[in-house]
Amino acid sequence: MNIPEGLYFTKEHEWVRIEGTAGIVGITDYAQHALGDVTFVELPKPGQPARQFQIVATVESVKAASDIFAPVSGSVTQANHQLNNQPGLINQDCYNQGWIAKISLSDPSETKNLMDSAAYKQYVEGLG
Amino acid sequence: MPIQYAEGILAETLYTRQAAACFDICHMGEFLVKGTPEESGLEKIITVRLKDIPEGACRYGSILNPEGGVIDDLIVYRKKQDEWMIVVNAGTLEKDREHFKKFLTRDAEFCDLSEKLGKIDLQGPLAREILKTLAPETCGLSYYTFMETDLLGRKALVSRTGYTGELGYELFFSRPGIPELWETLLSDKRLKPAGLGSRDILRLEMGYSLYGQDIDETTTPLEAGLERYVDFHKDFIGKEALLAQKNSGIPRRRVFFKTLSRRSPRHLQKIYYNEKPCGEVTSGSFSPHLGCGIGMGFTGPIDLAQGEVISVGEGTPRIEAVVTDKPFMKSTSLKK
Repeated sequence: MNIPEGLYFTKEHEWVRIEGTAGIVGITDYAQHALGDVTFVELPKPGQPARQFQIVATVESVKAASDIFAPVSGSVTQANHQLNNQPGLINQDCYNQGWIAKISLSDPSETKNLMDSAAYKQYVEGLG
Repeated sequence: MPIQYAEGILAETLYTRQAAACFDICHMGEFLVKGTPEESGLEKIITVRLKDIPEGACRYGSILNPEGGVIDDLIVYRKKQDEWMIVVNAGTLEKDREHFKKFLTRDAEFCDLSEKLGKIDLQGPLAREILKTLAPETCGLSYYTFMETDLLGRKALVSRTGYTGELGYELFFSRPGIPELWETLLSDKRLKPAGLGSRDILRLEMGYSLYGQDIDETTTPLEAGLERYVDFHKDFIGKEALLAQKNSGIPRRRVFFKTLSRRSPRHLQKIYYNEKPCGEVTSGSFSPHLGCGIGMGFTGPIDLAQGEVISVGEGTPRIEAVVTDKPFMKSTSLKK
């Protein structure tokens, strides 16, 4: 299971990479593996508000449709439109090319509600 | 049978139609019945006409309850003039066995071979070439025929059938020999293993029904678009109910549709026409060959024509789709 350093994680298996006042958001290796081949991503629109732990996107796979929850609050500034034609990027490269949205943070202290890499690793191991 | 192997469901689906894949289908049930179609009672149990099936051929059909509901769908093989193999679904094995035992006459011999027999499906345009290396005599088998032969020194029944819509075979083999057959097949590097996930997409791309999902005891073959597998010129259990349904009007009909996006319809989602609910999705998935979602379901009493635009789903926005005919895959190696 690939869990990179320097990211924050939710219990629902989303990740956020903080870059200054913005957060890049995606789903984790654990999530993409559980979903199987991703076939469609409903992306948020720029300008759309995001609230921590509320739905920000939907991912459909060969197995199920799943809501993706925002790890941080703020305003969506960008969505990864490459996923429209290549949703499989989430399976191939979930932490880089498979990012879903960029959110301008309204409350940077919210990361305290998230897990760091070590804590998330432990959490995932506990799921068996 | 696993949902998928290492490469994933979509890769396995694509590979089956491009080259060939093998599927471990040991869970299915097999019955052996000895007796003439009439005297054994078998002709009354199965919806297709058995009397006319030549030895060495098989047919798709179903067994119905007196209300015309589908107890199971199956393939019946005529092994000898008076010897039949019946291949049934795993989930219905117990009730199927009871049904056969109840309606077979004392003149019939019945034997459940499910514990003894396993099955591997070899499916895809290269299936014939691959099987040729093990059993060259199977090369001449045409669609829906079979032969008994030897594979790896054991008895096997090789049937030119399948659930993918590609050229392919179902290999019935003794359970203890299955691991060796699986390994031997896969030593041919043109072949890859495929799981339940790809099998489900492949069958849906052909518009084949899945028992327990698209058809069950509450659906009749008329509703499910399976009338061509019912012979009304003979007597069979459920016939009266089907005739009554024909007279009074079939309350719902099978519908096939493609979504206008990459979104996938899902089992049990509602179908809307002109914003009004008019049915339910029974199977849905993403078709990697068509690049869109595909599905089947029931609508009623409205019978939607091809080209009609519908929407499916519970959330907003719902998934836009267009009614189409089956199979979704218009050109495959099935009968090559």
